[in-house]
Amino acid sequence: MIRWLAGLIGFGLAATSALAAEPALIGVGYLGVAATRSTLSLVEQPAENDGVAGARLAIEDNNTTGKFTGQRFTLEERRIKEGEDVVQAATALAEKNGFIIADLPADALLKVADALRDRGTLLFNAGAIDERLREADCRANVIHTAPTRTMLADALGQYLVWKKWSRWLLVVGSHDEDKLFADAIRRTAARFGAKIVQERTFEDKGGARRTDSGVTQIQRQMPVFTQQAPAYDVLVAADESEVFGAYLPYRTWDPRPVAGSAGLVPRSWDASQDQWGAIQMQNRFIKLNSRRMTPLDMQAWTAVRMIGEATSRTNSGDVKKVTDFIKGPDFSVAAFKGTRLTLRDWNLQLRQPILLVDGRMVVSVSPQEGFLHQVSELDTLGYDRPESKCKLK
Amino acid sequence: MNASCRHDVAAPPPPLAGEGRGEGVFTKKTPQEERALSRIASLDAMRPPPQAGEVKQASQQFQRIAEQRPLRKLTLRLSLFATLTLVAAPAHAFIAYVSNEKSNTVSVIDTDNWTVTKTIKVGQRPRGIEFTRDGKFVMVAVGDDDTIQVIDAKTQSVVDSLPSGPDPELFAQDAAGKILYVANENDNTVTVIDLEKRARLGDIQVGVEPEGMTISPDGKTLINTSETTNMAHFIDTSSRQIVANVLVDARPRFAEFKHDSSEVWVSSEIGGTVSIIDPRKHEVIGKVTFEIPGLRKEAIQPVGIGMTKDDRTAFVALGPANRIAVVDVASRKVTKYLLVGQRVWHMAFTPDEKYLLTTNGVSNDVSVIDVAAQKVIKTIQVGELPWGITIAP
Repeated sequence: MIRWLAGLIGFGLAATSALAAEPALIGVGYLGVAATRSTLSLVEQPAENDGVAGARLAIEDNNTTGKFTGQRFTLEERRIKEGEDVVQAATALAEKNGFIIADLPADALLKVADALRDRGTLLFNAGAIDERLREADCRANVIHTAPTRTMLADALGQYLVWKKWSRWLLVVGSHDEDKLFADAIRRTAARFGAKIVQERTFEDKGGARRTDSGVTQIQRQMPVFTQQAPAYDVLVAADESEVFGAYLPYRTWDPRPVAGSAGLVPRSWDASQDQWGAIQMQNRFIKLNSRRMTPLDMQAWTAVRMIGEATSRTNSGDVKKVTDFIKGPDFSVAAFKGTRLTLRDWNLQLRQPILLVDGRMVVSVSPQEGFLHQVSELDTLGYDRPESKCKLK
Repeated sequence: MNASCRHDVAAPPPPLAGEGRGEGVFTKKTPQEERALSRIASLDAMRPPPQAGEVKQASQQFQRIAEQRPLRKLTLRLSLFATLTLVAAPAHAFIAYVSNEKSNTVSVIDTDNWTVTKTIKVGQRPRGIEFTRDGKFVMVAVGDDDTIQVIDAKTQSVVDSLPSGPDPELFAQDAAGKILYVANENDNTVTVIDLEKRARLGDIQVGVEPEGMTISPDGKTLINTSETTNMAHFIDTSSRQIVANVLVDARPRFAEFKHDSSEVWVSSEIGGTVSIIDPRKHEVIGKVTFEIPGLRKEAIQPVGIGMTKDDRTAFVALGPANRIAVVDVASRKVTKYLLVGQRVWHMAFTPDEKYLLTTNGVSNDVSVIDVAAQKVIKTIQVGELPWGITIAP
């Protein structure tokens, strides 16, 4: 009997080590909004599956690894239409999925985080770049793979300062998020010794982004809008709302480069990024989704890969175990950015290099050489531990 | 790009203080020479084909200075050695082949006088490179052309190509030199090729982004590492089945057996470690870690590994840390760091094991290490972004 039992156990062990018969199922949810935003440039118009396409690729990558570890990952997508209750949708999604990738506005994300707190669901913020989600409004069950506005602004600022383009003409849109990005740019200027020589506001007076009359008016409006500026090296635009930024390059009164929301743009990812083995992933993405990879796709990919990394290291699909490992000191993830990415333990923000792109090429990658830090040079981007107001709860 | 290259500020700063390339060279360069040299090197690195006549002339001048001085001393030292010992040992000339990832060429180096004797045009993005066992041919994986080209060592020209599968990077051949195993990064497979018939025998499914390849000295086990799955796959060469998967640190890139078959060493580029695996138990039994004062952890990215035939000393290339770590195999501790060129990738011993040659990706050169003295004695300029290296048996 004992020998028979031992044989059975031995067989069980052999089976798990070779190819587990019953793979552990690990459910990942994707929660986003149904509407896509409108951009000035047609080629920048996000696809309907922006974000979730990255998650889907990471699920495939995790499942290739899962073949060897006896784990199987599934993805369940849920899009919120206007007027729908986000908490209800999130709770339904959390029934089967211990992990949820969220691409939601800040307020909606906070509601979901608080509603799911007692359930133990781990949320990944792949979309919102708002500082307050990592500062005063930080949550212990939300990990951020999206960079913050200050990380983006610092990444750009370091490069401009390195180029010795330190006199900035700041043009700010009239929407709230434009103003928040402008705040981040002002903070960057003060930190790295750049000077904002003047600020101008570009009022959004409404109107369509596509017109049959085309660019003739813009070609006249933009020089007039930018004339009589004090001497400056670079125009920095804060236009997250896509109202005017893309109209500025080549149309300024003075021949000056444009950066910020147009021209040289700081981003977590770009379709042209091919360094550090990224070409393999770009190819896999195009094969799977028949389009190129966006920053949101990458932020979602990274979130799902973080889950896969933690499940294979802990050899477990248990949400609590995986969450503890991700938040622990030994966690890091490789994401084709030339360095391991780790979490800031004080606010659960993923440290990451930021690419500076011009729409066709990666111009540079920040942090720039010479910007030093006692812990990680990646912490020269964005709010650092001593400045943080976050108290995780 | 050119304008910014000529701009002094735009050129990346020279290596950190006291970090001249070729530390331990017979002669010490003046700080001015040192600075100028590294600036020229970085200029060359940034500008694909040398253009501006003045810069090129300057570059050649500095190269001459750099080459003449150590050479004179070398001759002096050699003749002194000869007189003292009364043995005029004939120099053993070996031929090294270096793949230049960016310039699509292979540089041929004569180890007798450490000069490039020929530059062979090959396909796109040459990386993995190895002599056939009989020493008659050199195989080079040209990833962007989806093939492995065969160079005749006699005529030093491309004579054939192998059906490798998409995007081949590294490969391994069996002891008899009849079967070739190729890692295909784009489709998660290892391709098996009959070298004589130039025919594809089959594929083995492995993890995401297969890269490192090595065969056990007895030829029975093939090891493949997959970069995003973070595993070393142990493959039985007779059944072509995976028999075990061992989880290692992030982005495993290279695997090397000890000559006595007792251990496999696997480097993890992003994890920053070398895992030592017991190939019978399929377990990680130890790790080599690296620490370089003044260098942040993220810059230490282990790639290529070389082990002496007596299995006493291992050399590990540390990528952007610009160093080769000398590791005592028994204690698994680093005994010394040798400063080489920038972003060191791979390495090869001369058959007499007197010298170890390393490819330095960013500084476009090859460093020569005196193995017994554990010193860098020479730097040889090759093509753009040198990656792999092989030396005639």
